[in-house]
Amino acid sequence: MSYKILVLAKQVPDTRNVGKDAMKSDGTVNRAALPAIFNPEDLNALEFALRVKDKKGDAEVIIITMGPPRAADIIREGMYRGADKGVLITDRKFAGSDTLATSYAISLAVKKLAPFDMVVAGRQAIDGDTAQVGPQVAEKLNIPQITYAEEFIGFSGKKIQVKRRLERGIEILEAEGPVLITVHSSAANCRVRNAKRVMKYKYARTEIELQEAAEDYIEMLENRPYLQIKQWSVTDLNADVSLLGLSGSPTKVKKIESVVFTQKNSTTLSSSDSDINKLIKSLISSHVIG
Amino acid sequence: MANYYNNNEHLQFHLEHPMMKKIVELKENNFSDKHEFDYAPIDFEDTMDNYNKVLEIIGEISGEIMANNAEEVDRTGATLVDNHVVYAKGTQENIDAIIQAKLFGMSLPRKYGGLNFSMVPYVMAAEIVSRADAGFANIWGLQDCAETINDFGSQELKDKYLPLFNEGATAAMDLTEPDAGSDLQAVQLKAHYDQEKGKWFLNGVKRFITNGDADISLVLARTESGKDARGLSLFIYNKADDKMIVRRIENKLGIKGSPTCELVFKNAPAEIVGDPKFGLIKYVMSLMNSARLGVGAQAVGLAEAAYGEAIKYAKEREQFGKPIIKFPAIFEMLSNMRAKTDAIRSMLYETARFVDMYKIYDNISKTRKLSSEERKEMKSYQRLSDLYTPLLKLFASEYSNEIAYDSLQIHGGTGYMKDFPIERIFRDARITNIYEGTSQLQVVAAIRGIGNKSYLKMIKEYENIEVAPELEYLKKILVKLTRHFANISITVYNEDDNEYVDFHARRLVEIAGYLIIGYLLLLDANRDIKYKKSADIFIKYGRANITKNISYINNFSLRDISDFKM
Repeated sequence: MSYKILVLAKQVPDTRNVGKDAMKSDGTVNRAALPAIFNPEDLNALEFALRVKDKKGDAEVIIITMGPPRAADIIREGMYRGADKGVLITDRKFAGSDTLATSYAISLAVKKLAPFDMVVAGRQAIDGDTAQVGPQVAEKLNIPQITYAEEFIGFSGKKIQVKRRLERGIEILEAEGPVLITVHSSAANCRVRNAKRVMKYKYARTEIELQEAAEDYIEMLENRPYLQIKQWSVTDLNADVSLLGLSGSPTKVKKIESVVFTQKNSTTLSSSDSDINKLIKSLISSHVIG
Repeated sequence: MANYYNNNEHLQFHLEHPMMKKIVELKENNFSDKHEFDYAPIDFEDTMDNYNKVLEIIGEISGEIMANNAEEVDRTGATLVDNHVVYAKGTQENIDAIIQAKLFGMSLPRKYGGLNFSMVPYVMAAEIVSRADAGFANIWGLQDCAETINDFGSQELKDKYLPLFNEGATAAMDLTEPDAGSDLQAVQLKAHYDQEKGKWFLNGVKRFITNGDADISLVLARTESGKDARGLSLFIYNKADDKMIVRRIENKLGIKGSPTCELVFKNAPAEIVGDPKFGLIKYVMSLMNSARLGVGAQAVGLAEAAYGEAIKYAKEREQFGKPIIKFPAIFEMLSNMRAKTDAIRSMLYETARFVDMYKIYDNISKTRKLSSEERKEMKSYQRLSDLYTPLLKLFASEYSNEIAYDSLQIHGGTGYMKDFPIERIFRDARITNIYEGTSQLQVVAAIRGIGNKSYLKMIKEYENIEVAPELEYLKKILVKLTRHFANISITVYNEDDNEYVDFHARRLVEIAGYLIIGYLLLLDANRDIKYKKSADIFIKYGRANITKNISYINNFSLRDISDFKM
């Protein structure tokens, strides 16, 4: 039976190019002002999964994303780079989910795809920076987890060996599957899009997208089942609605402030050894360095 | 985060040329591949969408990987280890990205793993890659060798070698030898047939071979005694046989990422391509034509890069209290650079379309008989390809040098330092008017078209195309200049002296070029008015140069040549 790798990916607003209209007055992200992109560390995760697949040979990479219908773009992008299939978890009832509710929904989708050997996710998404969803999914599935992965080393028997990036060094861990791995941005960049896969999968569509497609595309999709992207709702997942969306999310945003950095006071130092010594000591004591 | 396809609006403009519909429909043969290949297009729009999407991949790899590696690759170059080439680290990364993207074999038929792309997007890819790293463009462009195998090789050779390209095999064409450069008839590398083993073997030396240690090499070798072109045949040497060594890698002025090798073949087994004795006169001639188109693309990519560096610097650099772009001496240079870049790009894609049409018909003719109409069209496009290729090579390579020169000039002293990319672009551009036939040899190839009035005929055809009223004044200039061109050609040929024609050949060929490119820019402006500025600047620039050339010829008599003889 082929080795099954599930990749958790998220479509995020590109917060690396934030302008002054990035936030709306109510404190939520102004998604219209920011282009939607593949969360960068999820691309590292996809590459990690594809390298495991390259090593295993007989393996399947399935990309899972939760979001609005347009998040299907992430699945197509994943397919262009080597993912075999994708699942879009989408339902209005998911709106407003925090990490706890999100990990609940995703864990249900992962269970629905069982049996699987590995779940790989980016360490964190650039919109929330929580790094919680991966670990929470592992807990809900009751499987081991390896966070901050930097490199897939290989297999030793049934165990996967992974290099972890830690603040003061590296660590090599091994675990027996199924295991959940979150991948750090220092891991290998995702491979480029494969021209043949782009031409093959560019018409991949979810059910919602199919409703808007022209007649002849519907016919093409019927002849090419690999172009159908699975789409799961709350009902498909048999989810408990009270654990989803705002009601399932204990995290509430109380207030959002726009912080503008200003220079408050300055100290003039000479280039003498004693002044430099003083500066270093003050930087260490205020934890700027060290 | 640059995408060298998406951030260059001119490429989309040329990709969407009206002639593409016909090219695509012929190339895709009623889209019959869609039943067999899951990545084949279903109709014209789908094909164009594929071209766009795949060029986006190349644009991304070029802008984000190749461009970032270019400086390091230029500094370190390839190295020789145990008589084999080891690429610079960045070069290998570039190759790996292209292999992952499945882009090698872009123009090969799908049954051999290719993408079956038309020449236009294929040439465009070469332009995009060259803008990032012109040296790497050679390694990219040598996939042309696959075309030669596809056009002339036996079915057995095709089945054996063509699928390797999309899997990532690199290629080389081994023509030049120490005593056979521009004059390839003098090739001496020996091929002999061993009856017992039933195989050909190669012995001898090749020099100045780009990417010489490639996986698949096309080698021009002597199969018959004597010294003429008809004694030469073309072979495939497979690196897996390990009977060829690299003796040295040349230390060059530019394109340092592209290893230029001296090769020694020691009883190296080889497989013959096509028929013996046709090596030079047929197969290499065809290979050279596509290589020249490749150099044209390389030159346009370099021009775009040089212009980009110049405009950026001229906006940022302030002197005498304002950015230097505000000074007439600078903005004149920049506008001329822009116009020349648009000019050679237009010439590049016009030529690519002609080559495309000819090659598509040629390939169709191998599967079915062409109608007399189609055959006529094929012949006409073949003639046009032969006419435009030397003109393209001449103008594109000379202009990319001029544009790089002016760009460096705009940088001032800073440009002479290693701190900015322009010094690398300047060095890289210098090879374009030398290899694959020097500018002087392009003039030799083009002068026939002056003598037999082929260029004049083509210019007259452009004259018949109607343009928008606001562009009429430019057309009038070109019509008038065409009369001058016809007259001065007659003046030169009336002397009835070959040496006299050769002496003025470059001046005449250039006049034809200014007129043809002038018309191409005029037609571009007619299709999109934003090209009016470049058309206007270039046509006036061309007029000044045509006048200069005519004046020189008119004030020159046959006996003046003796003053020049050395």
